[in-house]
Amino acid sequence: MIIAVASGKGGTGKTTIATSLALALAEAQHEVAYLDCDVEAPNAHLFLKPIFTQNKDVDLLIPVVDENQCTGCGVCAEVCAYHAIVVLGGKTLVFPELCHGCGSCTLMCPEKAITETPQQLGLLEAGETPQGIHFARGLLNVGEPMAVPVIHQLKKWRDPRVTEVTIMDAPPGSSCPVVESLREADFILLVTEPTPFGLHDLKSAVQVAREINIPAGVIINRDGIGDAQVEAFCAQADIPILLRIPYGRDIGEGIARGKNLIDIRPEYHGIFQNLLADIAQRLAHAPEIAA
Amino acid sequence: MRIIITANNASIDAPFSPRFGRCAYLIVADTESGEWEALPNPASSASGGAGPMVVQFISQQNVEAVITGRYGPNAFTALQAAGLRGFVAKGRTVRDVLEKFKAGEAEEVFAATGEELHGGGRHR
Repeated sequence: MIIAVASGKGGTGKTTIATSLALALAEAQHEVAYLDCDVEAPNAHLFLKPIFTQNKDVDLLIPVVDENQCTGCGVCAEVCAYHAIVVLGGKTLVFPELCHGCGSCTLMCPEKAITETPQQLGLLEAGETPQGIHFARGLLNVGEPMAVPVIHQLKKWRDPRVTEVTIMDAPPGSSCPVVESLREADFILLVTEPTPFGLHDLKSAVQVAREINIPAGVIINRDGIGDAQVEAFCAQADIPILLRIPYGRDIGEGIARGKNLIDIRPEYHGIFQNLLADIAQRLAHAPEIAA
Repeated sequence: MRIIITANNASIDAPFSPRFGRCAYLIVADTESGEWEALPNPASSASGGAGPMVVQFISQQNVEAVITGRYGPNAFTALQAAGLRGFVAKGRTVRDVLEKFKAGEAEEVFAATGEELHGGGRHR
């Protein structure tokens, strides 16, 4: 089963919940994999402490135009959906930072004047945690704007479908990298906080989950602060609230010291184990959307 | 001389747009005759690469220069490759900017003048 943990708003406690969920399940003898898909700022390793034993580069294939063969016909510019290759003054120009590496220009060039050269975008790393969790993460190079290929390659490298339970720690927001992280999930846990900001971004995240047709449930973190609008929204949108984690200074202090939620509040061992059972039951009772 | 000025609407009296790649309209103006024509900017809602896209479009309009508020790095590289001159100016309307250009008050630029602001390159 693939459980994705997403949030809309950043800083709601996505990684706090994802890491403690993984630890609680590993402790209950489940085979657990953890993919940190927040490749712009992966930080789950700080809590799960894997020993990285394998790594792999993530490359994007960028077009290179041979000026001697190029006739300036402009077919490449026409087929490029991202305007990463244009023909100006009879000369073909490539903008590597706009290129998505789709290869259309290379394929369509009638003169075969385009070849592709790999450009390194980021790195993948994998290893085991002391509890035996199969941990892997993507790391986007600083300054690179495109996270999706790194997440895509991470999932190809460490197939989330092969382990009993895979926790996907998604990036915040609701843009392409989030969709890429969630698209194969069986269930999405949306972590929010009961504030106007939390609600605003939760709405976007719920729309993403609906658009890709994956069942979702909400976890309200820092429960007790803010207002009741998140609850009202969940009731109205028919999204179940699966868990509430109260606001507590001890939790904030512990996380800041690199402790896990289940170590700060030991009752969460059982709570997270029950959460898995709850999710499994919901999926069993909603086969038409889980399929 | 035929030039292009970036605009928020399809008129010479429209507000001048300081945005290049994502302005709503491009006003083609003839500095001698005063004739003008409004072209919708095909790049205004491009998901990415608005700079190179607008330059590609402008390069087909038989103009010599562009006046806008600033040029991002991709847009400026494309502008140079297309052999177009780039100017920056300030003004309330397109007509204000055109008059400033005619009075020699628009500044020609030889490098990008601002980071790309809206598309931000590839999807994030």
